[in-house]
Amino acid sequence: MSKVYISSVASISSQRTFDNSEFLDEIIDHDDTVLSVVDPNYKDYIPPAAARRMAKGIKMGVVASKIALQEAELENVDAIITGTGLGCTVDSEKFVSALIDNDEQYLTPTSFIQSTHNTVGGQIALGLGCKGYNFTYVHASISFESALLDAQLQLENDEASTILVGGVDESGDHTVKIHRLINHIKKEKVKSSSLFKSKTKGAVFSEGANFFVLSNSKKNGAYAELGAVATYNTLAKEDLNEALTVFLKENHLDIDDIDILVMGNNGDVAFDGWYHELSDGSFKNTPQVAFKHLCGEFYTASAFGTWLAAKMIKAQRVPEIVKLNKEATTQINTVLLYNQYRGENHSFTLLHKC
Amino acid sequence: MNKGIAITGMGIISAIGNNVEENYSALISGKTGVSKISQIATIHKNAIKVGEIDLTNEQLEAQLGLTPDNNYSRTALLGAIAAKQAVANAQITNMKDYRTGLVSSTSVGGMDMTEKYFYQYLEDEAVQKYIDGHHAGDSTQKIAQQLGIDKSLVTTISTACSSAANAIMFGARLIKSGKLDRVIVGGSDCLSKFTINGFKTLMILSDTDNTPFDENRKGLNLGEAAAFLVLESDEAVRAGNKKVLAYVKGYGNANDAHHQTASSENGDGATLAMEKALKVAGMQPEDIDYINAHGTATANNDLSEGRAFQRIFGHKTPDFSSTKPYTGHTLAAAGGIEAVYAVLALQNNTIYPNLNFETPMKEFNLVPQTQTKEKELNTVLSNSLGFGGNCSTVIFSKKP
Repeated sequence: MSKVYISSVASISSQRTFDNSEFLDEIIDHDDTVLSVVDPNYKDYIPPAAARRMAKGIKMGVVASKIALQEAELENVDAIITGTGLGCTVDSEKFVSALIDNDEQYLTPTSFIQSTHNTVGGQIALGLGCKGYNFTYVHASISFESALLDAQLQLENDEASTILVGGVDESGDHTVKIHRLINHIKKEKVKSSSLFKSKTKGAVFSEGANFFVLSNSKKNGAYAELGAVATYNTLAKEDLNEALTVFLKENHLDIDDIDILVMGNNGDVAFDGWYHELSDGSFKNTPQVAFKHLCGEFYTASAFGTWLAAKMIKAQRVPEIVKLNKEATTQINTVLLYNQYRGENHSFTLLHKC
Repeated sequence: MNKGIAITGMGIISAIGNNVEENYSALISGKTGVSKISQIATIHKNAIKVGEIDLTNEQLEAQLGLTPDNNYSRTALLGAIAAKQAVANAQITNMKDYRTGLVSSTSVGGMDMTEKYFYQYLEDEAVQKYIDGHHAGDSTQKIAQQLGIDKSLVTTISTACSSAANAIMFGARLIKSGKLDRVIVGGSDCLSKFTINGFKTLMILSDTDNTPFDENRKGLNLGEAAAFLVLESDEAVRAGNKKVLAYVKGYGNANDAHHQTASSENGDGATLAMEKALKVAGMQPEDIDYINAHGTATANNDLSEGRAFQRIFGHKTPDFSSTKPYTGHTLAAAGGIEAVYAVLALQNNTIYPNLNFETPMKEFNLVPQTQTKEKELNTVLSNSLGFGGNCSTVIFSKKP
């Protein structure tokens, strides 16, 4: 079985992360309940006429994929695997509202086409002329991890040698509006820097695109080795430690082997308990890191967590802004990422120094 | 890596029947499920025909024993019913005796409720329970719950009209790699105004019965359906002394990389998908006994797919037919229901007629099977081609 490496990364997020030569050097301390991404100059990557027609999710996905391919020094890949919770939700909203407002008349196909979940993966393939395997996973907060697992299996078995894997979601006005109604979004603005002390219900919603080139040969400049990915549709708080123990055992690891625990806390007092189960329990003495105060919450936010883990391993450095406790590590060899959203769709992802 | 993956159970609900037996009986007797739309109030009701399932949401909820406070979309309801049939058919009594996962697929997801309550959400608290049911993964979470699958790998694929074929593919990969012993795979999509109007704007909806591979084809009929298969590893089959219905022998996915919605005229993507599937199966084109074509009856699909047949099979295209005239095009579920039809074809050594065919296309000399035909079948190839250039082929066989 071949080993699987993260050859390159690309992140478009609510922080300035699209430039791979930087690593959270300047932080934006947002103060809001819904965040947008810090846009790269899309025109540097896409002709302006094409960019105008593209939904935001497509634009972010296409540009992130270009950044990742550039860094990996590749013209093309063997496969493209995308994860997205809602796809290009702005176009879905546009098509539904136009359909209702105009009583099913005078509709045009553009927003219908862009609302198809696999439109980002399809557009990336179209741009690259990539005729290879092309899948899109759409399972809430494990959409990205499903894509990652699929890629890992293919690379391990040498069915492909380079795969572009990414998570992308855009925020839409109506989606935000109705999620405020059911209190999935915080009622009060909260600063990024105090998110984890907020003690309120709901999350700070956001958007983003995080893409990676995975390969089964280690290239110069590779970020990390992908050890394992596991997902769970349900996991009660009291079952979390057992699932973790089994996962670590399968990968021949102990708690002590984990140099950093990266967690997907989003400051929602109703659901952060799962994370506390680990941070106050078995990982009490392990350096802990969080990321959703920087990138906000969206179905593929954990791809930003993976970006953070990969960057920390390559740089052998933990930025102050992500530290949750004072525990320090001299060597970053193994990083474990744990994520869930609203108590469902949990995932463990393991990265190693390579 | 080339071992076949066993299929030990299947379930289906479509416009031609509420279970496997009803579907098969309609297929061999040439009974279509395509008719005027009755359950959705759309201004296009006289301009389109659809493959609609006869049961209301209330009837489906009653079948599942759901309480009135449930927030199931029709996609979730149909999916849960078909998946439960598949699990019963595979005689699974304990989900915990093997590592069991679920890979479902959908394109519509909870859009049926979203379009119904889009503005009402803003003022009516009673319907807000459906907000969380919009995203595509929600129906899958509910199906998993109905099946008693917990703490496990449960995911959803959405690659437009090839989705369920891709769910079968990923399920097979999970078993081959040893991640899981048993995976329930398939897809579910209900009819919605969203898809009806979407396809209407693309001008590919027929105003009459769809006629795949016919020179005068006018487009597709939409349909709704759900279908699931139970895939099991050799070890699980052996240990449980399970009856195997058929095997997933090969699979391939490729991208046409030609256009966001249209297929390339020369069928690049479909050709690549069939080539890959044959390679995984370790088979030659002449080993294929029957093709259940994607055959949507759009001008574009049937030309592209027909060209791909010629590129793979030369002048010796095996017997083929499209079952879309029976069910309509059920989008993400199509690869699932057609997988069930492929297995039934193998079990009964029977090829279904391509209904409504009259005139061969002028571009090539391809004539689908138009009568029910009995013939020894060992392998069936099933195609699913979709938006975003997504092309998938799955090969089913009697032998592992």
